[in-house]
Amino acid sequence: MRKSTVYFLFTLGSVILLAVLLWSGRYGAGEAGAMQEASKILVQELQLTDLCLFTEARYTRHPAMADLHSAFQDHPLALEHFPSGSLATPPRFRRERP
Amino acid sequence: MNRSVERHRNILDFALSSLLRRKGKNVSLWVMYTLVVFLIAAIVFYTHALKREAALILQGAPDIVVQKMVAGRHDLVPFGYVEKIAAIPGVSAVRPRLWGYYYDQVLGANYTLMASGDAPPGTADIGNGVARTLRIVEGDFIPIRAVPGATTLFQVRKVLPYASELASSDLILLSEGDLRTLFDFPRGFATDLAVTVGNPAERATVAAKIAALFPDSRPILNSEILRTYDSIFDWRGGMMVVMLGVAVFSFVIFAWDKATGLSAEERKEIGILKSVGWETGDVLLLKFWEGAVVSLAAFLCGVTLAYVQVFFFSASLFEPALKGWAVLYPRFKLVPDVDPYQLAVLFFLTVVPYTVATIIPSWRAATVDPDAAMRS
Repeated sequence: MRKSTVYFLFTLGSVILLAVLLWSGRYGAGEAGAMQEASKILVQELQLTDLCLFTEARYTRHPAMADLHSAFQDHPLALEHFPSGSLATPPRFRRERP
Repeated sequence: MNRSVERHRNILDFALSSLLRRKGKNVSLWVMYTLVVFLIAAIVFYTHALKREAALILQGAPDIVVQKMVAGRHDLVPFGYVEKIAAIPGVSAVRPRLWGYYYDQVLGANYTLMASGDAPPGTADIGNGVARTLRIVEGDFIPIRAVPGATTLFQVRKVLPYASELASSDLILLSEGDLRTLFDFPRGFATDLAVTVGNPAERATVAAKIAALFPDSRPILNSEILRTYDSIFDWRGGMMVVMLGVAVFSFVIFAWDKATGLSAEERKEIGILKSVGWETGDVLLLKFWEGAVVSLAAFLCGVTLAYVQVFFFSASLFEPALKGWAVLYPRFKLVPDVDPYQLAVLFFLTVVPYTVATIIPSWRAATVDPDAAMRS
């Protein structure tokens, strides 16, 4: 078999595999879809405001509720020291009065 | 048409043979290239899926959350606010929320404690993450140290479903009376207020009225809650920009290495090809195919691996970075969602520059005299 044929078959196989993955993800969410639905119901029931992604600090556990000084929570010169603080920075758009 | 296809296939055959002659170098290049594409694609898929998940799950979050501020920090909201806010036209309900945090000194885990009307006194409904961390099941007791110093035991009434872990992993739901006793919460105060507004278009107006009525309050709109997650997982957000920067920079090094010149062996090869009758266009086509073969294969493999890692293995490679020092970390699966636009951007960011970078030095080598190219 020619090398170009092998390469085309490899590329075609990879494209088909990727397409199947994308298609199955979109139309067959399965367990992940059920998890999303269950979380949605619980958020509505308990009136929750945040996803439970980072539990190490209060302002990363509830970033939407965090106060404006969350990065300096201990005193005005306290620098951020939680690892997740580098991922969940305080929102920039927070308005005091809309 | 057939002649043109056959010409391309012949050149591709030659390009593949040429790549296989330098097998060690090209395979290691392909592996590294795949890893870079994998890293960029995994970050892009993960952040996009999380943003979408947050947008869908938090649709049911309160329309407006009203906090009271004292000296720039949260404070408890008096129940007196409830009636006045409920009287604002457009407000259909105001629900005081009573919640707080509890640090488990034994395990070093943080829990979110919340009052729930469903939980009878002396019992607790706990999130799956709490049950996993404490290794307890329904019917067991969970010890919580109250503010006065005594430890109170609560019987676990139920463990919240595993499926809702992304919203409830660290939750402990107690009765209102128990929560007030535990934290010595004063009567007549709540942590914040959840305000329901019938018409979504009126939310901003109602929030403005609340802020005018209570200058010490901070109304947080549902749209702001959703935008919080957009900004956290935005490409400019914290660690994301560092990780993406590193990945893109490694990619630039690849492309730069290719663009800055050819090895003596490659120059000699071009010289020989020119001397046996290849035209400059043929040489460029050969180099184009060499670049395209490596970059396309790396792109396809990298993207597929990233998809599998993020959506089948719950992005386990990112877990240490996301977990930080937290003891309790939710286990969840993201609903796969890949934006075609993202795939297109990834393709143009990775495949096109590398292929172009391969052609430029070859064009310079292919335009010189074959004799000079072979001697150099």
